[in-house]
Amino acid sequence: MRPRIAVVTFPGSNDDRDALRAVREMGGEPVPVWHRDTDLQGADGVILPGGFAYGDYLRCGAIAGFAPVMDPVRDHARSGRPVLGICNGFQVLCEAGLLPGALTRNAGLAFVCRVIRVRVETMTTPFTAAAEPGDVLEIPIKHGEGRFVADLDTLARIEDRGQVVFRYCGPEGQLDDAFNPNGAAHQIAGLSNEEGNVVGMMPHPEHAVDPDVGPTGGQVLFESLLSSLVAAAT
Amino acid sequence: MKLEFEVAVTLKEGLLDPQGKAVEEALPAMGWENVSHVRVGKLVRMTVEVDDPEAAAALAEEVARRLLANPVIEDVKVRALEET
Repeated sequence: MRPRIAVVTFPGSNDDRDALRAVREMGGEPVPVWHRDTDLQGADGVILPGGFAYGDYLRCGAIAGFAPVMDPVRDHARSGRPVLGICNGFQVLCEAGLLPGALTRNAGLAFVCRVIRVRVETMTTPFTAAAEPGDVLEIPIKHGEGRFVADLDTLARIEDRGQVVFRYCGPEGQLDDAFNPNGAAHQIAGLSNEEGNVVGMMPHPEHAVDPDVGPTGGQVLFESLLSSLVAAAT
Repeated sequence: MKLEFEVAVTLKEGLLDPQGKAVEEALPAMGWENVSHVRVGKLVRMTVEVDDPEAAAALAEEVARRLLANPVIEDVKVRALEET
């Protein structure tokens, strides 16, 4: 079985091609989906890619949260199947209410574009099932508005329920403000919903699967996703 | 009846506003030592066309809360302007 992974293209998405390619390279069947589509063509998993959906003019991800395709994405998420939002896709998931908190202007105001490290905090998501907690992954980031924020109660709930999936860290997995590229609360680089099937992350795993062009920290996410879908189908 | 509304959207108190901070840091350089707590937000104007002013205000409020601001991080204030 080759799991079918839908990648949604909004007007202004620009990492959709890389996401489709990463799915194919890692052994899945990529399924391109348009923002006006009202079904996901029987996809097993969904990726909302990076970019600037609808120009991000109002707030990042705000208008995309109301796109027609978000109805089937919501249904997919509610049925417990995997949804991954990468960068702008993470912003869309927060705006659509599928993930808690919000992403806002980087603390330093500058757009940050470089390879960083994240520490895997939980294996109980379909995107980290093949990793070990404490694994340090090298993955690029590129964003101006990636500072995760939430009120204190929400942060406490996220931590209590183990919803933090990735934290920005140093080479040995150490947590320190020096390794936090955008000022994110609790160094949060990625988090899941309570059920664990919906994950959002600022780093770009789709840019980190091919050893010819950079680090390969993104591979384990696709391996996890594809193997958990194969396991679920058998 | 057409009514004009003004919607002010600002980051919630307590949330770091790096834009406001950058402006604030420029103040002493210009000799304004006694200006502080700068917050930068955005201002949206819109015209609502409905029969009665109360319904117009309610609609403006709904647009502001559901679309113009993200209640997780932003405060929003809606104000009616002169009838157009």
